[in-house]
Amino acid sequence: MSEKIDARGLSCPQPVVLTQQAIKKGLTEFQVLVDTVVSKENVLRCVEKNKLAGSAAADGETFIISVSKK
Amino acid sequence: MKNFLSSRWGIIATGAVIGIIAVSLQKLGNPANMGICVACFERDIAGALGLHHAAIVQYIRPEIAGFVLGSFIIALFTKEYQPRAGSSTIIRFFLGVFAMIGALVFLGCPWRALLRLSGGDWNAITGLAGLITGIAVGVIFLKNGFSLGRSYRLRKSAGWVFPALMVALVIMVAVGFRVSETGPLFYSVKGPGSQHAWIPYSLAAGLFIGAIAQRSRFCTMGSLRDIILARDFHLVSGVLAMVVAATALNFLYGQFKPGFANPPDDHTVHLWNFGGMALSGLAIALAGGCPGRQLILSGEGDSDAAVFVVGMIVGAGVSHNFLMASSPAGTGAFGPAATIIGIVFCLIIGFTMREKVR
Repeated sequence: MSEKIDARGLSCPQPVVLTQQAIKKGLTEFQVLVDTVVSKENVLRCVEKNKLAGSAAADGETFIISVSKK
Repeated sequence: MKNFLSSRWGIIATGAVIGIIAVSLQKLGNPANMGICVACFERDIAGALGLHHAAIVQYIRPEIAGFVLGSFIIALFTKEYQPRAGSSTIIRFFLGVFAMIGALVFLGCPWRALLRLSGGDWNAITGLAGLITGIAVGVIFLKNGFSLGRSYRLRKSAGWVFPALMVALVIMVAVGFRVSETGPLFYSVKGPGSQHAWIPYSLAAGLFIGAIAQRSRFCTMGSLRDIILARDFHLVSGVLAMVVAATALNFLYGQFKPGFANPPDDHTVHLWNFGGMALSGLAIALAGGCPGRQLILSGEGDSDAAVFVVGMIVGAGVSHNFLMASSPAGTGAFGPAATIIGIVFCLIIGFTMREKVR
């Protein structure tokens, strides 16, 4: 079970900050939950910049972004 | 649907278009050197409503309503309209108040700082240095877990309130509404408040900018923050495009007048140009978006952003009534003191609102 970061409802740029911190901790497999399209785009951009792969799936009102090694 | 405007070229196009429209509106009647300053225009709205009595800066600016409504309409279409609220609302209100107080010490929001630079007004440089400093301090807080907490979903109608208010304001200014001979709405007969483009032009420009800014997530504060925080140059490419486009157009129109002395509607007190923008920069960094971006978020249904905007409008009233706002003659009697109080307020918020979010 990979780690889950719940960034739903957090305003810009906190979802990105939390994602960055997870990557810095050395995590390469984890999920980020967000609930706005903007946060989804921002987190995906952050993941790409850090040379990891990210894919988003919608689950009701939540976007689940799965991060993994490229 | 792929969102072109959120791509690198999309944000560059957005910035360039905003720069072109801003300078063109000056040509069409808006105050020189002001373009589409969000802080100045909200200050004018505060004046028109009677929240302050600075007679030269009173007018309901349709551009502001346009930003909100343009974002609202496009968000409905793209299904990004999402009513939400509940993230430290009262704190966001006061961040708005102090963002405005700082902006009126400098005389401009970040958009105007950049537009002033594009017109050759070098006083903007100290302001921008202050802005960067304020944002940098905000980033330190963010890195240490600063958070105003989560927002929560609301019913659809919750997000209509603010756009509805904007519609009401546009109708009132379009029909020249007044409650009585001496009552609001107030309309400046001279000074910057009396200078404005034809209402349909202002509204159309606002709607268009609101729409493209919503799609592209254009944000001046975010552009500088992302560089400091993550070496991310995405947003700043749009901001630079805005400066380049506005500068080019200012040259073309013969509006480029380089220098420090006597530019329209600003002052040369460098320390407080820096201080005012440092306060504004810190307040908007903590609130998560520049004054323009807060309008766009309000249109998308973000009630916390709408409260920030209301805070800015109230802040403009407070600023002028309590002699904090600057004028071309220099800073207001209590401008420097208010700036320091504002910075202390923001620092307290920054230090105390930290949490481990998981």
